[in-house]
Amino acid sequence: MVRDALGVGVAVGLSGFAFGVTSAGSGLTVLQTCALSLLVFTGASQFALVGALAGGGNPFTAAAGAFFLGVRNAFYGLRLSQLLALPRAVRPFAAHWVIDETTAVSLAQPTRRSARIGFTVTGLSLYLLWNLTTLLGALGAEAIGDTDVWGLDAAGPAVFLALLAPMLRTTTERAVAAIAVVAGLGLLPVLPAGVPVLVAALAAPVVLYVEGRRSAAKRVTEAGADDDAPPNEAQNARPDEAQKGDR
Amino acid sequence: MNIWIAIGVTVVGCYLVKLAGLLVPVGALERPLVKRMAALLPVALLAALTAQQAFADGRVLQLDAKAAGLAAAAVALLMRAPFLVVIAAAVVVTAGVRALTG
Repeated sequence: MVRDALGVGVAVGLSGFAFGVTSAGSGLTVLQTCALSLLVFTGASQFALVGALAGGGNPFTAAAGAFFLGVRNAFYGLRLSQLLALPRAVRPFAAHWVIDETTAVSLAQPTRRSARIGFTVTGLSLYLLWNLTTLLGALGAEAIGDTDVWGLDAAGPAVFLALLAPMLRTTTERAVAAIAVVAGLGLLPVLPAGVPVLVAALAAPVVLYVEGRRSAAKRVTEAGADDDAPPNEAQNARPDEAQKGDR
Repeated sequence: MNIWIAIGVTVVGCYLVKLAGLLVPVGALERPLVKRMAALLPVALLAALTAQQAFADGRVLQLDAKAAGLAAAAVALLMRAPFLVVIAAAVVVTAGVRALTG
């Protein structure tokens, strides 16, 4: 188990190197690059922020894109708080390590004790390596000079694609991704930098809305069980009402 | 200065959402629609960011060596290559195409 956790930590920690290079290539200083890895410590948000800053976005739209990508960590935290049952005093410190990889390792453990060990070992090894490799990447990029010649500007989009690919399981996710690509590229020339990404994010609620309408229509005709519906509630009426209320 | 403002806002925002997950009562985020939204939001953002960083320079759409690099990464992903191999494929192919065409 510890070897699993270390394995995840080492593999992903190394991609901190790609972040350091990308960030320095986007015009951030070594100090700014390291501050991001030390204090933000959630890779996709960091890549998004430096990408938006490189594109000339204003600081708040750039940060908004990074923030929305980080929202998923709240849902990881929710799972982990039940699983790890951390004392309240520890939570503000543990929160910094609530990311994709620590969650994946913790959830895979059979007992609370091994989940806690998995969380700690993964979090610590990832944190150390992510920051060390960020520093090396940033210093290396400064030494290289023009990182584009080495194709290093392709590392950012490749990281995003690698994170995205496992999420594209059903038609819903693919539809969201397709709409977001079209919106993100199509609006790029007409809206201020950083804003098209935020508009593209609306693909998620739009597709959810259409999906909700469809399953509502289906439910009227067959009145069958739906996997989203709470099993012990009145299944026919409630999910639709809940969805309207949320919007 | 703008960069430091962006860093500061991102640091605070990203930390607070992480902490929120550990502190809020279980029921608050457990509604199906909220969970679905949380799962789909990264899909939309990552897709848009991938496309923009691969096919645009600032606010101008352009097709260059990076597109070939991204295609290489996609092939590597389809072959279930490890994360680092995917990134390496994108970098090497982009550099190669640039060296050949530049």
